[in-house]
Amino acid sequence: MAKYILKRILYLFLTLFIIATITFFLMKMLPGTPFSNQNRLSPDQLAIVKAQYGLDQPIFIQYIRYIGGLFQGNLGTSFQFNNEPVTQLIGQRLAPSMQIGAQAMILGTILGILLGAVAAIRKNSWVDTLATFVSILGISIPSFVLAVLLQFYLAYKWHIYPVALWDNFQSSVLPTIALAALPLGNVARFMRTEMVDVLSSDYIELAKSKGNSEWQVVIKHALRNSLIPIVTIIGPMAVSTMTGSMVVENIFSIPGIGEQFVKSITTNDYPTIMGLTIFYSFLLILVFLVVDILYVLIDPRIRLGNGGND
Amino acid sequence: MEIPQIPKDKFKLLNNAGNKEQEKIGTPALTYMQDVRRRLFKNKVAVVCLTLLTIIVFISVFAPIIAPYNPNAQHATLSNLPPKLGNLNIPGFNGYQNMGGKMVDAYAQVHAPKGTYYLLGTDYLGRDLLSRIIYGTRLSLIVAVLATLVDLLIGIPYGIVSGWKGGMTDNVMQRIVEIVSSVPNLIVVILMMIILKPGLISIVLAIAITDWVTMARLIRAQTFQLKEQEYVLAARTLGESSTKIATKHLIPNLSSTIIIQTMFTIPNAIFFEAFLSFIGIGIPAPNASLGTLLSDGQKAFRFLPYQMWAPAIILSIIMIATNLLGDGLRDAFDPQSSD
Amino acid sequence: MDKILEVKDLHVNFATYNGTVQAIRGVNFDLAAGETLAIVGESGSGKSITVRSILQLLAKNADINKGTILYHGEDLLKKSKKEMDAIRGNKISMIFQDPMTSLDPTMTIGKQVAEPLLIHNKVSKKEALGRAEEVLRLVGIPNPKERMNDYPHQFSGGQRQRIVIAIAIVDYPEILIADEPTTALDVTVQAQIIDLLKELQQKIGTAIIFITHDLGVVAGIADRVAVMYAGKFVEYGSVDEVFYNPQHPYTWGLLDSMPTLDTSEDDHLNSIPGTPPNLLNPPKGDAFAPRNEYAMQIDLEKQPPFFKVSKTHYAATWLLHPDAPKVTPPKGIQKRFEKFKKLGDK
Repeated sequence: MAKYILKRILYLFLTLFIIATITFFLMKMLPGTPFSNQNRLSPDQLAIVKAQYGLDQPIFIQYIRYIGGLFQGNLGTSFQFNNEPVTQLIGQRLAPSMQIGAQAMILGTILGILLGAVAAIRKNSWVDTLATFVSILGISIPSFVLAVLLQFYLAYKWHIYPVALWDNFQSSVLPTIALAALPLGNVARFMRTEMVDVLSSDYIELAKSKGNSEWQVVIKHALRNSLIPIVTIIGPMAVSTMTGSMVVENIFSIPGIGEQFVKSITTNDYPTIMGLTIFYSFLLILVFLVVDILYVLIDPRIRLGNGGND
Repeated sequence: MEIPQIPKDKFKLLNNAGNKEQEKIGTPALTYMQDVRRRLFKNKVAVVCLTLLTIIVFISVFAPIIAPYNPNAQHATLSNLPPKLGNLNIPGFNGYQNMGGKMVDAYAQVHAPKGTYYLLGTDYLGRDLLSRIIYGTRLSLIVAVLATLVDLLIGIPYGIVSGWKGGMTDNVMQRIVEIVSSVPNLIVVILMMIILKPGLISIVLAIAITDWVTMARLIRAQTFQLKEQEYVLAARTLGESSTKIATKHLIPNLSSTIIIQTMFTIPNAIFFEAFLSFIGIGIPAPNASLGTLLSDGQKAFRFLPYQMWAPAIILSIIMIATNLLGDGLRDAFDPQSSD
Repeated sequence: MDKILEVKDLHVNFATYNGTVQAIRGVNFDLAAGETLAIVGESGSGKSITVRSILQLLAKNADINKGTILYHGEDLLKKSKKEMDAIRGNKISMIFQDPMTSLDPTMTIGKQVAEPLLIHNKVSKKEALGRAEEVLRLVGIPNPKERMNDYPHQFSGGQRQRIVIAIAIVDYPEILIADEPTTALDVTVQAQIIDLLKELQQKIGTAIIFITHDLGVVAGIADRVAVMYAGKFVEYGSVDEVFYNPQHPYTWGLLDSMPTLDTSEDDHLNSIPGTPPNLLNPPKGDAFAPRNEYAMQIDLEKQPPFFKVSKTHYAATWLLHPDAPKVTPPKGIQKRFEKFKKLGDK
């Protein structure tokens, strides 16, 4: 097990290194720098600024420096935002993103599990139809469309929540709902399929034959067995939540990294784009790693090696 | 127990032995595709979605004929007009607008020529929204279809080769797939968009470059299974060429996987296009796509909500219909997958 | 003998997309304390549905639309859900066909075996686990104490079936329903499981309803045998009566398709031609008539009643009607008749 985790961590760094390298050279291929469109600097001034950012060095030296910096946890310095180090930018803006991201994933997962489970237990009833309808809406309607609609009705028209503001929990409600729809839909769908499968399995019938009531069967046997595979969709869920957060943060003016990323794209702030790309990749690969380990830990069939063939 | 009274002649042996009728199979056999079609058309939701999508595709294909105005023609004087449906007085579609608490005929205010009406109103440059939505949908669909095609062109051969060759080739090809898929999709797409010039081709490439991996994986897994099937083994033993085996035996058997996966790639591509355009690095102005229309609509929605509604609804309908149709197809191809 | 279970005129229908399937069309039988009744038939004959009706473990689209199932004189079909839960796993329990899939993969076997005790008795968890360990030893799991915390996938198929049996008998049921408990197992393991069931029956005195399509298995375990075809019993009697004095042409067919120790090299096994009828539209007459070499006109028109062969032996075939012509059964069956005579002489 320890060996497996170590191997995965090694892979993580290898992948990050590849991503960093590709990102670096892609960025260098881009024509122009952000300075060229900034207050017409004289050639001398431009040279000074370039030297300040180390842009006067050969590309290879720049690359070595950049990668070296990465190992020390330095993601470079932003061209915008008062020349702040990118790591500092991330530090300041991580909390709001994490908050709405985590809230959305937790809310979506819990509601999705409940909806999917009830739909499976009451298969082909109106609850099932409703659950299917809700999950297809959650999956289909892009988070930014939902965000815009929520903003218009709940904030602008009915004044229940702030339109665009970031201070207290209240202001995180709408972005959370907008982001939770997709995980909710996915989890509900997945849960329903899993649970229908589990409920028709032989061991559920055996559990019934033991004298368990319908709900005892669900709670003691069906839920646990259907919940284990849910773990596998946490990774993709994190990816989609991250994607969604970029626009949703923008729509609700939340000072998070998603909003930062979009801003740095539109202002050609390459160090920030690069830094955030690497940071995002790190975060997601880490989530996938944790999920894989978690899965091994909670499923007894995997935990004990390749048993079952004895 | 009493013994029932039965006429004696009923007790004659029928001599059933060797009766061939017994081995007859009752129901006529359907081919696989007939069966799939029958199941698909029995699924009402799928049929409704298929119809909706057909209509949308039809309108998009014939956009130049159907759109009432040039989607990029600007009329500075006729900007931000609310929807008006002829001279019919339907609330919400009568050209009236709430201005300072009073309903005002916006068309009269700007002295629009008589007989001028915009079904879904106009945007801030006085462009007809309906025409823009029709053209925008067309563009979004083109992006989706092209991205899916590129996706198929890379993913299917890659998957087949990887699965068919196996061994070292497969190993190397799978490591590449692993690395590509360990980078978050969106980041690759965004990086591609920054590097390439904004535009249709860039979006298509950016989406396809990340999407083919899923297809390649599915196809590889299936090819692996098919390779071991007796009829493929038989074809190999008979010395059929690899290309012939691929086209004659593999592709037809992979078709269900391909069709189903395609139905999930299309909404994904539509989503990415809208997403990129929404954050401003997608389709460049003045062309409209569902993403740019939504982005424009969002900026103005406090005062002119109609500008946001139409693209939001169309985008949602396309997404819902493709997803549901995908579900329907999956159930039709593989009846066991649905409970 | 004391009848503990009486099934009377049981009818079960299934609602399907194509219409109503009449899966069980009037089944009658009874069970005495401590005895073993085997129900034999090919797949789809309704034997599984018959026993599942007793525990009401049928699919949602099933409808027990007629009949009574008396357990100690009380109709199980009239019991509430809660009352049925109290009977399942306690008074009447069941062993399933496939041990590879009938255990919860994410629960330790100790807990799974102890579960019925915790449901039905006011015992502590510790006591229940203690009993579970005892029963696991009883069914022949080596080192039960250590293995209590293992998961199902750590056991072989035969061992898993022993665990399933342990779950079924942990609360000393009065009736044990075994639904093809050996079908999914290797032949050598089959014999072990049959021996185990016999042994357990002696120890705890439970009555067993044994479902199988394998007549070979029946001879070793059953006291009485019932042969089922297309949702009805066609013949029932003691093991010897059904095996050596069969009266129904379907029983003949079944027995004739089974190899015995007497089968010599030049004898060949016969099969029954055709397939069972579609129970969406069950035939008006005898369901077996289309496949029956000895079918008569009356078979197509009227379902045969049960004719008494002996005090314990009945068969539903018009061939037993006094007016029916005498037919010559297949050679293998004639041999069996000879053996039956010898048995009678003894």
